[in-house]
Amino acid sequence: MKRTLLLTSLLGLVTLLLAACGGGTQQWKTTNITGVMPDLKFTLTDENGKTVHADAWRGKVKLMYFGYAHCPDICPLTLATVGRAISQLGDQSDAVRVLFVSVDPKRDPPPVLKEYTQAFGPEFVGLTGTQDQLKALSKRYRVSYSYGEPDANGEYAVNHSSAVFVFDKNGDVRLLMNREDGADAMAHDLRQLVNAS
Amino acid sequence: MRNHRALSRLFIVLGLLLAGSAMAAEPVTASGAWIRLLPGDLPLAGYVTLHNHTDKPAKLIGVKSAAFKRIEMHHSMTMSGMDKMMPVNSVTVPPNGEFSFSPGGYHLMMWRRVELHFAQQVPVTLEFADGTQINTQFTVKGPAQ
Repeated sequence: MKRTLLLTSLLGLVTLLLAACGGGTQQWKTTNITGVMPDLKFTLTDENGKTVHADAWRGKVKLMYFGYAHCPDICPLTLATVGRAISQLGDQSDAVRVLFVSVDPKRDPPPVLKEYTQAFGPEFVGLTGTQDQLKALSKRYRVSYSYGEPDANGEYAVNHSSAVFVFDKNGDVRLLMNREDGADAMAHDLRQLVNAS
Repeated sequence: MRNHRALSRLFIVLGLLLAGSAMAAEPVTASGAWIRLLPGDLPLAGYVTLHNHTDKPAKLIGVKSAAFKRIEMHHSMTMSGMDKMMPVNSVTVPPNGEFSFSPGGYHLMMWRRVELHFAQQVPVTLEFADGTQINTQFTVKGPAQ
């Protein structure tokens, strides 16, 4: 009786494992938020100073991260992690774009953003906008940003979301990543999105 | 440009001198010091691990360098999905222990006075509450580290 119970449990476990590993359905290593948030839509200014809409990158897998260029620690750390993931894609890296949305338009005019994003690789694009545009976009993805008190030198920190939102080729929201996921997990999931038809 | 080259040379000479003086038994030593280079005149982050070889806490109260107008100690943290950065006045290296300024945690926030280049060594002085000063070389690395 005991043995039967053990066998049944083992069989159950094997079935569960098989279901988890195979079957052709996509398994994600970062957080799946498909259908939980709206598709990618915005009007912003690109790093060349031109008005741009989300559909400019139709057909690319898009990662969107809110930050600011006067952020020497967390933002580069996040962008560098994403960059390592993209480089793991090899030939397919051009199928991905990272939209770095500066929520500090006062200090991050397009030329500053352009230099900043270029430092991380050709897949990185700097975007910013008016406070109205930035507020609308951050509200759309239920995040916020705020400014710290300026110090004696007029320097201030910007509080911003740590989330990296990932949209598929059609602009539908798919994943939520953060730097703690690590480059390997990000690369795994990005590859699946790039290979999806 | 010429000035920068002269300044770089000065740094190298200073660096050698300082490296020599660091050979003496120091109460606190530094290792793995580097700076993340960003374009233009954006502020930079510096990282270093401090080792306290005494049985008393070592309180770091100031950081300075001829290459920077200002250096502050900052703490990055993620709270409820928000990334924040706060200045701190000091950090304490525990007795016979270590303290790390590392990406995503504590960092030195550095406003440039001079142009910096990849692989350059930049001398930085760390000042402790008991008057101890240590000099260490920070290596300039690329942004995507």
